[in-house]
Amino acid sequence: MSKIAELMLQEATQLLTTQAVDAVLAWRRGEMGYDPAPAFFRQAEELTDLVYNEFCGSNLSKYLLAASQKGERVAVFLKPCDTYSLNQLLQDGRVQRELVTVIGIPCGGMLDIKQIKDQGIKGVKTVTVAAGQVTLVTAYGTKVVPQAAVLLRKCTACKGNEYKIADLELGDKLPVPPGTDRFAQVRALEQMTAAQRFSFWQKELSKCIRCNACRDICPACSCEQCIFDNPQAAVAGKANANSAEEQMFHIIRAFHVAGRCTDCGECARVCPQGIPLDLLNRKFILDINEIYGEYQAGATSDAKAPLLKFDPADAESTIVSQRRG
Amino acid sequence: MLDSSEQETKTFEPLIVAFCCNWCSYAGADMAGTARKAYPANVKIIKVPCSCRVNPTFILRAFQKGADGVIIAGCHPGDCHYTSGNYYTRRRLTLLMSMLDFLGVDKERLRLEWVSAAEGNKFAEVMTDFVATITTLGANVKLRDLRCQK
Repeated sequence: MSKIAELMLQEATQLLTTQAVDAVLAWRRGEMGYDPAPAFFRQAEELTDLVYNEFCGSNLSKYLLAASQKGERVAVFLKPCDTYSLNQLLQDGRVQRELVTVIGIPCGGMLDIKQIKDQGIKGVKTVTVAAGQVTLVTAYGTKVVPQAAVLLRKCTACKGNEYKIADLELGDKLPVPPGTDRFAQVRALEQMTAAQRFSFWQKELSKCIRCNACRDICPACSCEQCIFDNPQAAVAGKANANSAEEQMFHIIRAFHVAGRCTDCGECARVCPQGIPLDLLNRKFILDINEIYGEYQAGATSDAKAPLLKFDPADAESTIVSQRRG
Repeated sequence: MLDSSEQETKTFEPLIVAFCCNWCSYAGADMAGTARKAYPANVKIIKVPCSCRVNPTFILRAFQKGADGVIIAGCHPGDCHYTSGNYYTRRRLTLLMSMLDFLGVDKERLRLEWVSAAEGNKFAEVMTDFVATITTLGANVKLRDLRCQK
């Protein structure tokens, strides 16, 4: 990882000093080693803060939206899964391709600091990943944990190490982390009774504090004006008739990106309440795959999303609904 | 002597919101009227230019405001006034019904039907059937918003 970070620094310095771009979009060092944050670097001198490590899970694609509107030429570092989101933004016509320099950077799976802390590991200083094991040097000594136990939730369903769009690729591709079936939890829920599902979502969605983080982070949510920013919309939340009912916000949020969601998992990653929001998106993806054919949003920048097209021979809604019991 | 739950179902009158497209189903409702085909008065019709004008938000909002069932009626596939609007509606509603089911809400509360301008009979039949289904399901509690109760 540190090798890649060096290559990134070299590339970024060159791009900024030659003024080939107005800004470099990457991660800035945080207070601790495990809290890097997305940042625009506009001066070569600022680049000392550029960092790339196992905690750079955030997807930088969405930040290109604002830059593209301002007409800024930006060089962005994208991990393989992030390139799907950029493709989707290009497909939606939200980012100007000619303003963006895409630099692909390898990723072997990002780590979740919360899960590391949950295992009772404190004072993390440095992290190294090798052969499925994570070695954590902490203030209290060295700890070794299996990578699968501390991976970010979204990285347990890795999309692979191929870049779907890149002008330049840095470093060698890294092995894909151990994966699980991304639809396993959706299918498990489908097997439950309606009452069980309702109580599952009651429990999860009643945790929601409507911070809008899931909306703000979502690279597919790219409207300039959002229905939820209108205080008159009234569809945002819902006053519960009994103590725990689900809120409408999440149905609308998930529906709005149905067919355009690349399953980047950012919504679930940023949720401060730990709601598995990606399940709603994955349900739509699974339905689309089953009813309208396999589709991976963002695999190319010129495909048409399944809800933006149709086939006269599509099944009738009611029939699909009845057959599925 | 009826027990309280039985009494409740006997007196329960569902509120049904029907989004009808201007070109086929709304005219179909007119046809039902001129042909003097009776259908339950529980159905409140909202005219929309095309069935694909119905944003899923409209449906959820109707449920929030106290609808017990929502039905979307449009031109038959292939007959859309705008040539293809109803095909998009079909895809969207298939997914929305599935999502409601996934959240544990009765998916029968949402229905999509194709009713042409000539099908007054079908309009009355569909509405009668839908009202009967919703009456059996009872009041929509899971999607109703307390703030909307006045």
